[in-house]
Amino acid sequence: MNKKTIRTTVRKRPRAVREVQWNFRLYVAGQTTKSITAFANLKQICEQHLRGRYRIKVIDLTTAPQLAQEDQIVALPTLIRQLPVPVRRVIGDLSNAERVLIGLDLSPPPATPHPRSSE
Amino acid sequence: MPKRHPPIAATDRLSKAQTGIAGFDDITGGGLPAGRPSLICGSAGCGKSLFGIEFLVRGATQFGEPGVLMSFEESAADIRKNVSSLGFNIADLVAHRQLVIDHVSIERSEIEENGDYDLEGLFIRLGHAIDSIGAKRVVLDTLEALFSSMNNQAIIRAELRRLFAWLKARGMTTVITGERGEGSMTRQGLEEYVSDCVVLLDHRVIGQISTRRLRIVKYRGSTHGANEYPFLIDTKGISVLPLSSASMNYSVSNDRVPTGIPELDEMLSGKGFYRGSTIMLSGTAGTGKSSVAASFAHSTCSRGGRCMYFSFEESEAQILRNMRSIGLDLAPHVRAGLLQFHATRPTVHGLEMHLVQLHRLVDEFKPAVVILDPVTNLASAGSIVESNNMLIRLVDFLRKRGTTAFFISLAGGGNVPEATEEGMSSIVDTWLLLRDIEFGGERNRGLYVLKSRGMAHSNQVREFLITSKGLRLVPTYLGSTGVLTGSARLIQEANDAAQATSLSEEVERKQLVLDYRRQAVEAQIEALRAGFEAESKEFGRVLANHQSKTDQILTDRLATAKSRHAGLAKKQRGPR
Repeated sequence: MNKKTIRTTVRKRPRAVREVQWNFRLYVAGQTTKSITAFANLKQICEQHLRGRYRIKVIDLTTAPQLAQEDQIVALPTLIRQLPVPVRRVIGDLSNAERVLIGLDLSPPPATPHPRSSE
Repeated sequence: MPKRHPPIAATDRLSKAQTGIAGFDDITGGGLPAGRPSLICGSAGCGKSLFGIEFLVRGATQFGEPGVLMSFEESAADIRKNVSSLGFNIADLVAHRQLVIDHVSIERSEIEENGDYDLEGLFIRLGHAIDSIGAKRVVLDTLEALFSSMNNQAIIRAELRRLFAWLKARGMTTVITGERGEGSMTRQGLEEYVSDCVVLLDHRVIGQISTRRLRIVKYRGSTHGANEYPFLIDTKGISVLPLSSASMNYSVSNDRVPTGIPELDEMLSGKGFYRGSTIMLSGTAGTGKSSVAASFAHSTCSRGGRCMYFSFEESEAQILRNMRSIGLDLAPHVRAGLLQFHATRPTVHGLEMHLVQLHRLVDEFKPAVVILDPVTNLASAGSIVESNNMLIRLVDFLRKRGTTAFFISLAGGGNVPEATEEGMSSIVDTWLLLRDIEFGGERNRGLYVLKSRGMAHSNQVREFLITSKGLRLVPTYLGSTGVLTGSARLIQEANDAAQATSLSEEVERKQLVLDYRRQAVEAQIEALRAGFEAESKEFGRVLANHQSKTDQILTDRLATAKSRHAGLAKKQRGPR
């Protein structure tokens, strides 16, 4: 592996974002303020950056508690990006949209008003 | 007027959940507070996780209380492997729905925090695990992992407070383990939240020997032993040694147990030791202390009693061989299961560990006699004061059980034999002393009873002989020349015997002389009597002669007078 291949990967990434299907799982426990806020925030981010290429599955652990152990859930709400790999997790109500983008490794399209200053 | 308090309702009393951990329930008066969280804290490797697991396993197997183990560090597979060496079959318990293991793994690198969150997921997980098997016990090991895997400490603290309240509300007897922190019980100050019961485990190394200790720092609403209790982790899990429960109110027995040496029994008012008493045998090297102990063991086992022999110097095979050479075959007793040897080096572990092990072995085997050979060596595993303390505890423990304890103490060459290093002299009931008596170019062994409480014992020094047919005690020679032993005694005895012989010969000779003289006297008497009889016979004859002569004369005179017709009637005179 030389430095060149790494650089090309980085360059290719914005294109990959455009092409790949995004699958999200949002774990919540009932209709709490936090879970509603988290879902609303996620929905907004996805609409903004991944329109038509994403799927959100909301899992209510109060009705399927066994999934908490299976999927190693501790904090709620938890957002898991299943696709594209690698799996990423974000916990909290996603109130900081910018951090969500970083956390999910979701680069904003070139037209975004926010420059990628934090990188 | 004295006011009578109404009895406390059963529901108001603090109920306790037995842990099943040997000794722990004794010092806590019944176990951990039932339905409440308890904190077990200690540094790495002190055994806190094991404590939690044993609490669950014993709960499930002994008390019918299923449990949930939420592990934040080890995976279920690791836990299964780790505790299988302790004989806990975790897989079986899981299969029988007695135990749920939930490994909570939080990868710090995978997690991004964003905005407000709570730990409801943990609650749901735990709640589900509890409900799935109807658990009564919960172990959280080690909860502090949460602090290192999440950033928002404020949330975690608030959630933990809620978690403990929730567990309490659900009536779960909970064990929370926590890592020991600098200057505080736990690194994250968990003791603030768990206020009912805090147990501190410690693992100390002094003089290269490690000792584990346990202390109950706090137990709300209950009395508890406040000392540091040594505990042991071995193939049967944890055992805590309840030292303070060793009190002095024990019953005593009037039964006697023979010592295995008839002459020694005789010295102890003819019957031997008291059953359940503590006997110490001290002596310098090579005086035959172990032989006396082995002889006692032999006698105990021959009467069908059980004996446990703790040896800190010799191995079992070595003892068996050596004792066979003096005519004590202990092997059949070992085969019959009446005699058990435990040979360990004193420095293998700390004194407390020795004590815990002794407790456990004695509890299991239930021997009538316990022999420690020698107790002096234990001081090498700690200080003399410590080994003294340990022996006092051991004595209390054995007395309480009614077990006869036989301690061997090796006295150093220059020591005063009456004051043993262990300061044991005041604790023991019977104290036998074996000592060397050097005289006339040879070394002999003398045994005497220094003290023996509650019996009239002999004050005589006996010579102690180790023969190929066993042990014997013979009276030493006590004469005008002093105490003699060994060949000096034999010579003196031979001299005495010779003297006695010559004396009796003299008597015999005098007897003979006397007899001869008696015979002579009797012969003289006989001769005199014969002479006298002859004389008296002669006299009788003379007398008869004289009579007949007188009669003749009278007859003649009468005849003469008749012939002369003289009046003889007036003249009655004899002839002249």
